[in-house]
Amino acid sequence: MTAVRARGMSSAEKSGGSGHRQPTRRPARPPVTPLGVLRLLVLFGFAVFCAVPLIWLVLAPTKSDSQLASGPLSFGSFHRAVLAWHHLADYNGGVMYRWMLNSAYYSISSVALSVAAAVPAAYALATMTFRGRKLILSLTLIAMVLPATAVVLPLFLEVNAVHLTNTAGSVILPAAFFPFGVYLAYVYFSTSLPKELLEAARIDGCGELRVFFSIAVPLAKPVLALLIFFSFVANWTNYFLPYVMLSNDKAYNLPVGLGALISGTPALKPASGGSFLPITYPEAALAGLIVVVPIAIMFLFFQRFLVRGLLSGSVKS
Amino acid sequence: MNKASARSVRDGLTAWGFSAPYLLLLTVFGLIPAGYAIYESLSPAVSYTGESHGSVGLSNYRTVFHDFRFWPAVGNVGLFMVIWVPVMVVGSLLFALLLHEKVGRFSGVMRLIYFLPGAVTGSAAVLLWYFMLDPQLSPFRSQLKSMGYKTGNDVFTAGHLAPIFALIAFTTGVGQWIVIMFGALQSVPNDVIEAARIDGAGSVRIALLIKLPLVSKYITYMIILCFAAALQIFVEPTLFYSITNAGSNWWSLNQLGYSYAFQQGQFGQAATISVVLLVVSSVAALIFVRRSSFFDTEVDS
Repeated sequence: MTAVRARGMSSAEKSGGSGHRQPTRRPARPPVTPLGVLRLLVLFGFAVFCAVPLIWLVLAPTKSDSQLASGPLSFGSFHRAVLAWHHLADYNGGVMYRWMLNSAYYSISSVALSVAAAVPAAYALATMTFRGRKLILSLTLIAMVLPATAVVLPLFLEVNAVHLTNTAGSVILPAAFFPFGVYLAYVYFSTSLPKELLEAARIDGCGELRVFFSIAVPLAKPVLALLIFFSFVANWTNYFLPYVMLSNDKAYNLPVGLGALISGTPALKPASGGSFLPITYPEAALAGLIVVVPIAIMFLFFQRFLVRGLLSGSVKS
Repeated sequence: MNKASARSVRDGLTAWGFSAPYLLLLTVFGLIPAGYAIYESLSPAVSYTGESHGSVGLSNYRTVFHDFRFWPAVGNVGLFMVIWVPVMVVGSLLFALLLHEKVGRFSGVMRLIYFLPGAVTGSAAVLLWYFMLDPQLSPFRSQLKSMGYKTGNDVFTAGHLAPIFALIAFTTGVGQWIVIMFGALQSVPNDVIEAARIDGAGSVRIALLIKLPLVSKYITYMIILCFAAALQIFVEPTLFYSITNAGSNWWSLNQLGYSYAFQQGQFGQAATISVVLLVVSSVAALIFVRRSSFFDTEVDS
């Protein structure tokens, strides 16, 4: 506790002394108040609550079932983690590799299609006046706040009618519909893209496509990154759509595969009957880790950017 | 045709050209399935022998509303919402306000730590929280045992499902909303806060009376999105049922829709569930869009 307080004070002094740091709101703050201590306790307590499960998940594959029961936050051995990976890789004829490839394939395709469709539409909605604009905007807003899975079952019937279930397209194409992305890019274009710039380019004889690609898109880089981030996270973690569309387990993505692994093997329910499968707690935890790590990397990579980007659009309005 | 109208026709075509790919997706994967769900829900039910009985109309709705599984599912989802949404609103505001008290590196690190659990969603979250709540495996085992839970069977009961799902949804979602609320608080003008301080207002009063009202439109937005997310819960109850046997295959509305479609082959009734979900969330969405100024931008003004 004292170490923390000391650090807090020294950073306050530093920022008071030199102007280039982020301005703190109150330069002269009394060092300790009961409320200040309570604030730190609450913030730290919640940080522990958030971090412990993640640390547990990273450590779990290194341990055997019995080690897991004895010491929850200890490190087992690399050897055990490698063994867990071999067990997982052998599961069901190496289907784990297929799931990883499928997840990458589905997510990257959906991200590419969703962003490619959303950005030009948002650009048109924000910079041009045309009939139907209000209607498209309203539909986009409604679609954005509706639960995405509400239409999955009728969507299944639609896809089934054209005999496309169990194909990659049945997962990729519906996920390319990305109203939230249109909204984000729309707000960005309508608040941060100077109209005079577009007019000037048009007067200079640029065609509409050229104006879009050489002026609007380069200026929209921050919001493009944001769209890619949100689209990737949504698609990588998508469960209900692939669960309904895909009945062939070789076509699953990782989250559906993980669901099948933990509900279809005795990994999490050893009491329900013995099994010769070497899929136990550490293997299940490792599979979970494989699903989570790409998203966690995206989070770390985008985190600074996210705070700025999320607000550059919405706050100004 | 004069020059001006020729120009506006050309502009209209350009705009539609730019929007075409998105409009195609909106139509094929948004409007058509929604319309198809309404059509299917109004068509007569089909029996196992393949012949249709009843007439066009509300027979599917009658069947669904009289199904012994429907109202308990409504109750389960409602209970989950009633627990989760308030905790989420209060929690994300509390942490955002506490972090905003003193902005610096410490609050940045905390935001990242709160954000990371959001990486664990869906089936991975079920897996992780199964471990976190099992008194024999959990790192929180001493807390669980002090609450009187000795084995997984004590924790994973039907009565505990709604709070468990609320806990999962809270830890997964709260970090993202703390980041958004914190960002919104950053836009509160400094001189307003300074003026209040000079007038003698303490930190708590400033937080509640000045900062909070200024971020209220984000709170509305958050409530709507949480409401829509809660309405569609599927993976958590499905996997918890298959792992722990707590709950059922029709604990939530989406699960019931799935059973209608894939266990009973009653697509009309599955479509009815879709329509119910769409109508309820559309009403909420419309109230929100009309009542808040969140979607006003410079173009419309």
